[in-house]
Amino acid sequence: MPTPPAPEQKKAVALISGGLDSLLAARLMIDQGIHVEGINFYTGFCVEGHTHAIRKKDKAKPKRNNALWSAEQLGIKLHIIDIIEEYKDVLINPKHGYGANMNPCLDCKIFMVGKAKQWMDENNFDFIITGEVMGQRPMSQRKDLLPVVVRESGADDRLLRPLCAQNLAATLPEREGWVNRDQLKAFSGRNRKPQMALAAEFGFEDYATPAGGCCFLTDKNYSDKLVDLWQARNKKDYELDDIMLLKVGRHLRPQPHYKLIVSREDGENKFLKGYKKQFSTIEIKSHNGPLTLVDGEPSDDDLKFASRIAARFSQGRDAESVTVKVTRKNGEEKTFDILPMPPSEIQKEWYI
Amino acid sequence: MKKHTLDARNSLCPMPVIKTQNKIAELNAGDLLEVTCTDPGALNDIPAWCRINGHLVKEMYENDDEVVVVIEVNS
Repeated sequence: MPTPPAPEQKKAVALISGGLDSLLAARLMIDQGIHVEGINFYTGFCVEGHTHAIRKKDKAKPKRNNALWSAEQLGIKLHIIDIIEEYKDVLINPKHGYGANMNPCLDCKIFMVGKAKQWMDENNFDFIITGEVMGQRPMSQRKDLLPVVVRESGADDRLLRPLCAQNLAATLPEREGWVNRDQLKAFSGRNRKPQMALAAEFGFEDYATPAGGCCFLTDKNYSDKLVDLWQARNKKDYELDDIMLLKVGRHLRPQPHYKLIVSREDGENKFLKGYKKQFSTIEIKSHNGPLTLVDGEPSDDDLKFASRIAARFSQGRDAESVTVKVTRKNGEEKTFDILPMPPSEIQKEWYI
Repeated sequence: MKKHTLDARNSLCPMPVIKTQNKIAELNAGDLLEVTCTDPGALNDIPAWCRINGHLVKEMYENDDEVVVVIEVNS
């Protein structure tokens, strides 16, 4: 009697954030014989070591992309997808609103699972897995909101959450026997100990900090800068460069029509140099000091005023005179001497 | 075998990796791609992406404030 053909290996696309949960969820599926490939979406707001690595003081920290690291630990392919343009609508018009800051977590999860569904269909995969844990996050992982993600993403019952599946109705992969539900988990709540124990069981070490935020939009300071940008431009819109620059330097707005981005040290100086053609700039010539970008439409007087602020952050802060070079976007240059602004004149409310 | 170049300067992780990934999708096996970046993290991330996807890093070096990675596209 001929041997029946082996059942076709089922394929799952895993949303890999670089955090512990998605790493564990993918590993649970691999252990069940599922072919897993990872997908990682880049919105422009993702927190990555490299953004911090711009700053020289952080350069001793290991630089790695945690999603790539996770994929390497798992031995799977990782597809990193740029969704910067499409994500704008998610952030600007979130159907389900924002969290504590400018984080549209529920809309974001719906969008990403929807994109994963599209990728699954285009690449003939069978289901989607995420590292979601019921009740772990206040906005996107609440028990009553998990079905919203299933429904509005279009993933329906092809969305499997291995870490909390036993708390939820069986999905297609479970009902069809593609995966064994008994080997899935029933994690819930904000306690991270079960995930850490599972990580130890799998031998995962040096994973990204558990429950660490992965998105700048959950950060109050960053969100404040984004709101300020929108208010100053009188429209909710942005380009990638805008949101990159919100992560770098001191941001001060002395007047509604212009803002200063003052580098804090050498690493930021080098990074901001890449933007010299897009902004008016202030360079301190007589002393060591920051490169400052001026965003907006400053007048000559504004640039003189801004130069006094920039000089305050230079090594000439206590000097009677500091030489600065101001270069406008059109390339026009002016060099002049100014008195650095004393700290008492720098208004607290200028800081964004 | 053709040699190609990619300018990924002034972009932060993971954009250099995404640009490399998208460029390599257009190339043929055996082609060489020289990627120039300013994010020092590319020294870790582009090789990691290559290892995952089976491409070969032929050379890596730092040049002033730039990082250069030369990749041979896999078959």
